[in-house]
Parts: sequence; structure tokens; C-alpha cells
Amino acid sequence: MAIDTLLERINDYANRPDPYPLYAELREAGVARQTDGSYLIGAYHDIMALLHDPRISADRRNLAAPYRGLPQEEEQISLIVLDDPEHHRLRSLAMRPFGPPHSPGRLDAMRDEIAQIAEELIEAFDGRARIDIVDDFAYPLPVSVICRLLGVPREDEPVFREWSATIIDSADIKPGADPTERRRVGGRARVEMGRYLVDLAEQRRGHPRDDMLSAFVNEPDPAGLLTREELAATAVLLLIAGHETTVNLITNGVLTLLRHPGQLERLRREPELLPNAVEELLRYEPPVHMRQRTPLANIDVAGTTVPKGVPLVLMLASGNRDPNRFRDPERFDPTRPDNQHLGFGSGIHLCYGGPLARIEAQIALAALIPRLGTTTLVQDPPPYRRSAMLRGPRHLPIEL
Amino acid sequence: MPDDLREGRIVIVGASLAGLRAAETLREEGFTGSLTVIGDEPHPPYDRPPLSKQVLLGRMAADAAALPMRRDPDAEWRLGVRATGLDPVGKQVLLADGESVTYDRLLIATGTRARPWRNADEAALDGVFTLRTRDDAGRLTERLAAGPRRVLVIGGGFTGSEIASACRERGIEVTLAERGPGPLVGALGGTLSMLAAGLQRAHGVDLRCGVTVTALRGNGRFTGADLSDGSRIDADVCVVAMGAVRNTEWLAEAGLAAGPRGVACDAGCRAFNMYGIVTDDVFVAGDAARFPHPLFEYQMLSLEHWGNAVTQAEVAAHNMVSPEPARRPHLAVPVFWSSQFGLNIKSVGVPTFSDQVVIAQGSLDERRLVAVYGYRGRITAAVTVNMAKWLEYYQGLIETAAPFPPGPGAADGRPLVAAFPIPSNVPDPKGLFHGPTVALTGYLPDRRLTVVRPAD
Repeated sequence: MAIDTLLERINDYANRPDPYPLYAELREAGVARQTDGSYLIGAYHDIMALLHDPRISADRRNLAAPYRGLPQEEEQISLIVLDDPEHHRLRSLAMRPFGPPHSPGRLDAMRDEIAQIAEELIEAFDGRARIDIVDDFAYPLPVSVICRLLGVPREDEPVFREWSATIIDSADIKPGADPTERRRVGGRARVEMGRYLVDLAEQRRGHPRDDMLSAFVNEPDPAGLLTREELAATAVLLLIAGHETTVNLITNGVLTLLRHPGQLERLRREPELLPNAVEELLRYEPPVHMRQRTPLANIDVAGTTVPKGVPLVLMLASGNRDPNRFRDPERFDPTRPDNQHLGFGSGIHLCYGGPLARIEAQIALAALIPRLGTTTLVQDPPPYRRSAMLRGPRHLPIEL
Repeated sequence: MPDDLREGRIVIVGASLAGLRAAETLREEGFTGSLTVIGDEPHPPYDRPPLSKQVLLGRMAADAAALPMRRDPDAEWRLGVRATGLDPVGKQVLLADGESVTYDRLLIATGTRARPWRNADEAALDGVFTLRTRDDAGRLTERLAAGPRRVLVIGGGFTGSEIASACRERGIEVTLAERGPGPLVGALGGTLSMLAAGLQRAHGVDLRCGVTVTALRGNGRFTGADLSDGSRIDADVCVVAMGAVRNTEWLAEAGLAAGPRGVACDAGCRAFNMYGIVTDDVFVAGDAARFPHPLFEYQMLSLEHWGNAVTQAEVAAHNMVSPEPARRPHLAVPVFWSSQFGLNIKSVGVPTFSDQVVIAQGSLDERRLVAVYGYRGRITAAVTVNMAKWLEYYQGLIETAAPFPPGPGAADGRPLVAAFPIPSNVPDPKGLFHGPTVALTGYLPDRRLTVVRPAD
């Protein structure tokens, strides 16, 4: 089939269970221009170079007019779609209550709590012959963790679940489609979700608790304060990114291990391999398959000139299976050395929550693996979520 | 690999970063013969970068900087004994304790030492220090912890600037005397030197540029120094940070091309003898080596960089146990870093190999920037200040001899600045004929090849 319809085929829901042959086709082509004018990049070294290229913008407002859609009335722009220096300023402020240098011990201090959440979810499996890894484990775990970390009431999950789904759908990379309407619906959900989170934060002004929303509004250094709009955009981003991706990582992890019983058995015997196994999962079945960027100048990629202003889609999941970078890339190998995968991206937008996702996945799988002794998959492949970008099973029923 | 390369006796002189990494690599490459590592310091290999940073701040003990070993190199360690001579005919390294060690192949990794103050009596004053070894760092840290009234740092290079930074962070008054027009000017040129000078003054450093120290004063104990502008500094600690001297004196009689600028070698780390003939069994790596680099018009480079010690040692070790067609060139692009006054400075390429510089991203005002250096229209170096994540991109431009100035389009670039490169204000490298440009290609060390493009 023609290479210029590749993104359409990747987005075709029928290809969700196994997009990897399409990625191989992409790497074969090098750079693939699509009929709608966007460009796909699938080779590891090309993607890596572009993620470190200052002429590549994460800000969609730099797209040329035909790709941009109509301007929105009220638009919430978070650091993930901003360039430096704004991106750097916001990311540094968002990092203050989350990681080094201001909060170096924050995540480590959550290990016990995460393990306890995992244990409680697993205890609820008792007496049940069949469970759904997504609904019963991989979704509630990161939701509980991010709620705790941000300071969002866990019981509000049904409230933000819908906003989150709408926003995810609006941010999906879809070829050809006019983004205006999707962005309008997504934008409205962002504004509502942002208002909800800012209200929560405002309740903690002057009454700080041990959570990030409290830290954001009670920051003593005036230079460290986010504006109301920045707080809304950042909190929405953290809440969504904090669980919608980790659910895929954990679910893909269980699915991959059940498909590789020898490796599952090995990890049961040698749990010290788990951190390495999680890295391999991030390579082999990453939660985020692609990111979109915009060149600010005509740039040369593997001998092809990609014009300024076009949508440039970096297929991270394809780079992760590039035989020019990884030996035997189609093999799931929890002991793989030199595994500098693109599961968290690279460069200045390297996943902010990566350290948390690692800890969650390691603890989740460590707790689950002993229970997967005689487990079988009810359905293989399982039903997938709609998105080709945030790819993962919608449900993963297993028999215990 | 032929058995005669896999076996035999290898001696490494120098038990620091390059020596250790070479020893490990030799074993990784399948060397099964006897391996001896000789070091004049009594300590097992340790890491030096923290000595002027975390150690001086008291956040890390001087003796806690041991280098982690990637594997046990299964070597005989002769520590605390200095190599005093080399007999290339008898293939022996002579030691200060009168013994000698025989080798089939030798690696010279003796590195550098701190340049001492020129007047030995003044240098012997209590309170006068240099900073190179972990013992130096331990003694200096102890003195800083005692709360001196003022520290005088002589020399505004990276080490001197880092020492001044540590003093200010500890709340100690510090005067820095620099002979050139500004701190770091020798390494980074005029533009970034201005940034460094402003930063030091903003952090309360009493910065004196364009002056030399003419005498250290004291009676047994250091009490102050005279400067060439006629002024006098009262201080009770003095750190001499005037660069390094290469440890090559022990090779004076060895017939090698060894001197104050290092031991000359080819791109495969084989030492040249005094007639310019390459040796078969003597290799050099790390700060002691002087090697030709194709990206910099084959000029002989001697680098005092952590990263160079590692990669050059790995190449040298590989070549020591590999037959000629399998040998590799040491083509790594030089990289180094420094942290001082809250800034993270990283450099790729050779900033001194330049005639112009532009700020390609960020700005001096933000104290976040990428400075790109060019020489005769191609990019030869880049220095990032608090923007290290972009370094890789500029390394690619250096490796492919991309045109200077870099094209516009950086998301956070200042097009007006980028359009007007200014002189880089480093000493212009000596006039050269218009030669070919050379690009590095390939991703894996064993696939690095040079592609020579004829000059236009």
C-alpha cells in the first residue's frame, strides 16, 4: 500500500493490536510524507536528532495556516506544547514540589503508599475467577497515586474521568481531519477541568496540606508562583498525564508478560530484574506511541527536506523497534543492556512524570507477578482504546 | 584475535580515570595476560571533578570519591610508587623504589599535576594550596571549614572559578586574581568570559583581572599577597590554580616524543618516538596524550577532560589487543563541563579553535544560552550555560562540519543576535593553509570513519 497513507493506516482501529509492521514500513521509507502534508519519521537516530533540534517546536501555533485550524476563544496552553524559554520556566516551577533540586525525596517517600494501594487492589481479587487488569488494577492504581500527589479527592474520579477522556481524544494525532471542532470541545473540557483544579488549590491557600496543589498556591517565593491560568493548565496536564499513560504501561506490562511466560517465570524468580524489565517494556510496548512537532525552518531529515510549518510526527514506538539501534528489536528481553529507549521521549520535553511512572510500574508489577502463576488471557489480542497515540488495552480480562 | 595479543604482559602507568578504564577495557576485550597498574598516589582510582565542587562545599568527604569499577580488572596494583624512568629497549618501567616492571605493551596514563607556585619558599607557607589530588582537597576543605577571613585564588580558569564559587557558597570572602582580561577567557573566549565576570562579581567575588601576583607574603603562615598593580591582598588562605603540568619528566630518557605539552601519539593512541616514528608497543591516553584530531585540521590536541580520558583509554586499550586492521581512531569530539555560581556550563568541540561566536539560543541576560563557535565558516564548538540538553544537536553540527553561523529557526533563538556573529576573542590559531574539511560519520565507535571532502 502507498506509504503516503501510512498515518491513516496507523490510526485505523483495526491496526491497533499490532501497529509494528506499519512502523517497519515507515523505517524502510525513511521519511514518509502523507497526503495531508504531514511527515512521519520512524528511525531511532532521526527521531533522537529531531528531539534535540532547537528548530523543532512543540507549539502547535507554529503550524502553517492550513494545519492550524481556527484560533480558539479561550485556549489553555500547557508546558508540553510550549517552547523554551516559557517551557523551561513553567517546567521548573512545576518541578519544585515534585522532584530535584527542590523536592528530591518526594517520590521515594511515596513508595510505601503506592505499594499499599497495589496490595489493597490485589486483595480485592480474592474469590474472583476473572478480573479485568485495567478496571481492577492498572487504572485505579495510578489514579489513586496522582490524586494523592496532587491533592485531588479520590472520590471525584467520575468527575474528571470524562474531562480527561474528552481532552485525550481532542489531542489525538489524526491525519487530514480539521482540528477546529475537536479542539473546541477539548478546549472547553480543559477550561472546566482547570477551574475545578484551581478551586481545589484555592481551598488550600493558607491551609497547606502535603500535596502539590497546596505547594503551588503557597509558594513563598514570588518568582516561583504560577499565575491562575498557568496553574490551571499545569494541573490539568499533570492530572491527565499522571494516569492516562501509566495505565497503559502497567496493562501493556501484564499483557506482555502473559505472552512471554518464560520471562514472567524468570521475573518471579529474580525480582531484582524488574527495574530493567520496566525499561524494556517502555521500549517494547511504550504507553505513548507518537508526538507531533513543527519545524520552524526547512530541515533536512535523512536526505529529505521537511518544510517549515508542517506537522511532523515522530513515531517513538517505531524508533524503539529500530534494528539500527537495538539488536533483535522484536524480542522482549528484560535483561537488555544499553536500553536508551524513546518511551519517555528525549530532550527538553523528556517525560516530567517518568520517575513516578517507573516507580509505579515497578511496584505494580512486583505486587502482581506472584499472583499471575496460572493466569491465562481471556482474549488475545484484547480490545484496545481508541487512541493510536496513547495506545493500550481498554480491557484486559484474565482468569486467575 | 591472535593469541600473542590476547596474552603477555601489559603495564599501565597511571592509576586514575584513564588507567582504570583502560584496565577494564583490556579485560572486556579478552586480554588474559598479566596486567600491572602503577600509581604514585597511595589511593585506588578516584574521581577528580567532585574535588573542586561537592568536596569543597563539605557535602562529600574527599575520600568518598572512589571511582566505581565496571568490572574487576584483575590487575596487580602498585600504588604509592612513582615511575621514574622507561627503558624502551629492555621494555622496563623503572620505579622509585628501585624495582622495575617488564612489559610487552605499555600504556602511559600519567596525567597532569597542579602547576606549583614558582617560588618554592612562598609555596611552602602554611595556608598555600594547590588542588589536584584528593589529599589536596581534604586539606583545603579542612581549612575552609575553619572559616578563614579571606581566600586568595590565583588563576581564573575552571578550577580557580569553581574554588571561588565554593568559597562564596560557604560565605567566605574571596579575591580572584586573573592575569587575562576575565575569568575563563582562555577556554571560552571573550563573550562568555564577560558573563562569568559579571556572575562572579554578583556573587561577591573580589575579581581582579589583568593583574598578576608578584609575591606571597607571610612568616611561616601565609598572610597576603602583592599584586602587579601595586595593591596588596590580606588573606589567610591562598589557592594556586594556575593550570596543570603534564607528568612526562619520567620519560625524559625514553626516546619518546614527550615534553611539557604531553606525549605525542597517532590517532590510534600509539606514541611517537623522538624521530616522529610511531612505536608498536607504547600507547598513551588521557591528559598526558597529545593527538591529532581531524575535525580540528589535524592539530595536535592535548585535553584535560574527564570524557576524553575515558574514550581515549578505551580506544588505546582496544588497539593494544587488536591486530592492525581492527584498530580504531580516537575521534571523539571533546566535551567538558563545569558547575559554578549556580550555573551548569558544558562545552562540546574546541571553543579556542574559533574566530567568531554567536549566541544561538537563550541570552546573556537570562543566564541560559547556547554559544556557538565558528572557525573560517564552519562550526567548531558550542558552549551551553544551563541548557545542556541541546548539546547533542550542536555536537552533530560540529561532527558534520556544518556551516557557521548556524541557520536561524531555533525556537528560543534571538534572530538578531544570530545574524551578527562577533569575534570570539580567543587567541587566533596559527595561520593555516586552506585544507580539506573533515566530518565524522557513523553512530558506533567501530563505525566512526572520516570522510574527507576536498576544499572548494
